[in-house]
Amino acid sequence: MKKMIIAAAVCAALCIVPVQAKKKPEPEPKKPAPFASTYQAISSAPVLIQHATLLTGTGERLDDADILLQDGKIQALGKNLSPPSNAVVIDATGKWVTPGIIDVHSHLGVYASPGIDAISDGNEATSPVTAHVWAEHSLWPQDAGFAKALAGGVTSMQILPGSANLVGGRSVIIKNVAATTYQAMKFPGAPQGIKMACGENPKRVYGEKGGPSTRMGNMAGYRAAFIGAEAYRKKWDAYEKDGRKGDAPDVDLANETLAGVLRGDIFVNIHCYRSDEMAAMIDLSKEFGFQISSFHHGVEAYKIADVLAHENICGALWADWWGFKLEAFDAIEENIALVDKPEGGCAIVHSDSAEGIQRLNQEAAKVIATSARVNINITPEHAIKWLTSNAAKALHIDKQTGSLEAGKMADVVIWNGTPFSSYAKAEQVFIDGALLYDRNNKALQPKVDFLIGQEAQP
Amino acid sequence: MKSSLIFFGLIAFACSTQAQNVLIKNATVHTAASQGTLTNTDVLVQGGIIRAIGKNLANPGNLHSIDAQGKPLTPGLFAGITEIGLEEISQEKSTVDANLELKSGESGLIEIMRPEFDVSRAYNPRSVLLAIARVGGISFTALGTNGALLSGQGAVMRLDGSYEPIAGKRIPFISIGSGKLEQSGSTRAAQFMLLEQAFNEAKAPTPGDERLLTSQGRRVLNNEMLTSRFFVLVNREADIRQVIKFAQKYNIRVALVGASEAWRVADQLAAAKIPVFIDAMEALPSSFEQLGSTVENATRLQRAGVSVSFINGNDASHNARKIRQIAGNAVANGLPWEAGLAGITSAPAKALGVDALVGSIEIGKSADLVLWTGDPLDVSSTATAMWLAGKATPLISRQTLLRDRYLAPSSNLPRAYQP
Repeated sequence: MKKMIIAAAVCAALCIVPVQAKKKPEPEPKKPAPFASTYQAISSAPVLIQHATLLTGTGERLDDADILLQDGKIQALGKNLSPPSNAVVIDATGKWVTPGIIDVHSHLGVYASPGIDAISDGNEATSPVTAHVWAEHSLWPQDAGFAKALAGGVTSMQILPGSANLVGGRSVIIKNVAATTYQAMKFPGAPQGIKMACGENPKRVYGEKGGPSTRMGNMAGYRAAFIGAEAYRKKWDAYEKDGRKGDAPDVDLANETLAGVLRGDIFVNIHCYRSDEMAAMIDLSKEFGFQISSFHHGVEAYKIADVLAHENICGALWADWWGFKLEAFDAIEENIALVDKPEGGCAIVHSDSAEGIQRLNQEAAKVIATSARVNINITPEHAIKWLTSNAAKALHIDKQTGSLEAGKMADVVIWNGTPFSSYAKAEQVFIDGALLYDRNNKALQPKVDFLIGQEAQP
Repeated sequence: MKSSLIFFGLIAFACSTQAQNVLIKNATVHTAASQGTLTNTDVLVQGGIIRAIGKNLANPGNLHSIDAQGKPLTPGLFAGITEIGLEEISQEKSTVDANLELKSGESGLIEIMRPEFDVSRAYNPRSVLLAIARVGGISFTALGTNGALLSGQGAVMRLDGSYEPIAGKRIPFISIGSGKLEQSGSTRAAQFMLLEQAFNEAKAPTPGDERLLTSQGRRVLNNEMLTSRFFVLVNREADIRQVIKFAQKYNIRVALVGASEAWRVADQLAAAKIPVFIDAMEALPSSFEQLGSTVENATRLQRAGVSVSFINGNDASHNARKIRQIAGNAVANGLPWEAGLAGITSAPAKALGVDALVGSIEIGKSADLVLWTGDPLDVSSTATAMWLAGKATPLISRQTLLRDRYLAPSSNLPRAYQP
C-alpha cells in the first residue's frame, strides 16, 4: 500500500493524467495504434549555417544571422554562434534560410506520377461516406513528385484522399524523406486528419449513383454520418467508463474515424469553395461539437475572412487558381492576403498539385505582389508563415516543426536569395538536421526506383 | 491654309478621342527584338502604331505623355495556346467550345479528321477571361483545338475585344500520342498512317473509296493548309522523330506543342527549323510519354538553336497569367533572360505568323505595350499599365472588381449594393 502511494505521488509530480487512473480499476491495456510510424531521423553531424537572412516562421527576420542544427533539432539562432568541434560550417552569405515548407494539401503518392489508372488511388469513389479508408494505405512511396517537392523546399506534407466523397477518409502527415514504405515516412507523433468535401464534387460523382445529387443532399449526408457516429461514440464511451465490463461494442471503421473527430483526436480538413457553404459547414461543426481546422481551396474565403478568424479556422488556399468550375468562379488574387488580414487570421498557401508543391514559395510571392496593388504590404518574414508555421498549426504539428526555434525539428531550407521570386531556388534542404537535398550535388538528390534505368530520363 | 490647319486639328482631335497616341518616356524598353533592352528610352505611338523608339524623343503635337520612371516596358505578352473566349467554366459543358468531338458519322473516320473545323467561330471576346488575362499583362493568344487527330484550325486573337483573328495563314492542329489512341485503333503507329492517308486523299484529284475527309476538308487541307505551319501536340522523343519525318515527307512546316522530350531531339529540331511550345515548369514523368521531362528543356533547346515559346500545361486559359512565371522559371534554370522574354512575345508571334503586327517593340508594330513594377519574368512584379494599339486599357477585371467590393468599408447595406 505504501509503495502504491509513493508511486502515485511520483506520478502526480511527473504527470497529470494518471492521477485519475488510481481511482479506477486498471483497464485492459489498449492495443498500440496500427500502422505506426517507423520513421527514423537520419543522423548527421552538427551544422552551423552562418551569415544568412533568417525568416524564422514566427514573424521575425534576422539579418546576417547564424543557425545551429544539432542532434536533429534546432539548437540555437543568433549572431556569431560558435560551431561545435565536429560541425559542418556553411557560409550562407547572401542566402536566405527558412523553416522547411509544409504543404497541407497534397495527393502525392495517392495520385502519383505517371498519372495512370494503376496508381490512381486517391478517391474511394464507391460511396459518399468512406470515413473508413485511410489515404496512407494508397500511398505509393515511389511517386517521383516527392523528390521534386523536396527540391522545392518541402519537408512535410499532409496527404489527403480526394474530394469525390462527402467524407473521403483519413489523411496522413509525412516527412518528405525517400523510403521504401510509407510507414517510414510517417511524421512521428502527428495526428491524423479527416477529409470532407463540400459542393460540386460529391454531388457530381454521386448524382447518378444513388446520391447525393444536390447540396442539400450533401448536408443531409454529413449529418446522418455524424448522428451515427455520435451514437457510436456514446456506446463506446459508456463501455470505457464502465471499466470495459462485458462484451465490447462492435468496432466500425467508419465510425472510429468520425467518433475520433467528435472526440477531437482527428482534425478536420474541409474542401469547400464558397463562402455560404463554409458558413453552413461551420454550423454543422457546431451541431456536432467539433472544430474545423481548415477549409481547403476556399476560393471565396475573402468574403468571410472575419468569420474564419473568429472561428479559429485556417484558410488553405491557392494564389490564383479559378474558373475550372462555378464554385471557383469568384476567385481574387488577394484572397490569401485578405484571409490573413483580420486579427487571428490564419492563411496558408497550399498546392493540391504535383507542380504547385514544387513552388509554394512562388505562389506566396504572387500574393505579395498582387496585394501590393491595393496597398496591402506584406513582408517576407510574415509571408513565410503561410508556408510554414500556419501550415504546421493547421496540421497540429506546430510543437514539432514549422518555425526556426530552438528545440524544434531541424527542418530547414537554404535558398539562393529571397524565396519570393521566380528565380528562387532551394539549394539545400535539411530534415531533422540531415542534409537530404543539395542542388549542387547529384549524390544528394533522391531518385525513386521507378526512374532507375529509364533511358528517357534527363 | 487656315482650313487645312483646322482639318489637321480635327484629325488630331479625332485621334486623341480614340486615344491611340501616347508618348511613353523614360522606360526600360525590353524590345524582344534585335535591339534588346534599351534603358532611359522613349516610345512614341501614333495611330496605334509604334512610330519611334529612342532617347529624349520630341513630343510631336501635344500627345499624352507618360513618365515610366525607368520601369520595364514590354510588348503585350502571349497567353500561350489557350481556350480563352472558348471556355468560360471548364466543368460546365454549355460554356465550352474548344474541341470538336463528333459522335456520329458514317465511317467514324471522318470524325477524326476535320481540317475545315475553325474553332475561332465560337470565340467570345466578352468572356471574363480576357480582362483577367490583360490584368496579367497579356495581349494576345493562340486559340488551340485538340478534339481529334487532325483537329481543325486555331487562330491568333488580340485580347482587345475584337472578334476577328489576326489575319494570316490558317493554324491547323494535329494531336499525336496516347491521348488519341481511341481514334487510331489503339496504336500510335496508325496515327501517322491515318495522317498520310488524309494528306494523300487531299492531294488526290478525286477522292478514293476509303474517305477520311469530307469534300470540304479535302479542299481546305489541300488548297489552304499546305503552306501553313501545323501545330503538333506531341511529347515523346520517338513520336517527335516520326513527326519530323512526316513533315519532311509532305514538305510541311510544323511546330511542336507540349514537347516534353524535345530536348532529346534538339539538334534535329534546330536543323529542321521547327519551333517548340513548351511548359518550362514541367518536371515530372506525368505520363509514359514524358519520362524525360526536365525543367531544363527550354535551356537545352535554346542552346541548340531551337526557337522556344512557352505554354501553360495546366489550366492554360483561366490561369494564362502564369505564362510569365513559366518563362521566369526557364530563366532560373539556365535560359538567357532575353530568350525567356522572347518565349512569351516575339518567338510565338513569329511561329504563329503574326510577328508583323505583335510580339515586339519595333517601329511599325501595333502598340500593344505593358508597363511593369519590375522584372516582368519575376512573380514579384505586376503590370501597372497597358496599351492596346496605343489605347490605354484599364487593368480592371471581374476579379479586381470583386476584390474592391470586399475591400470597401462595410455599410448598413449588403455588399450587393457596392459597385
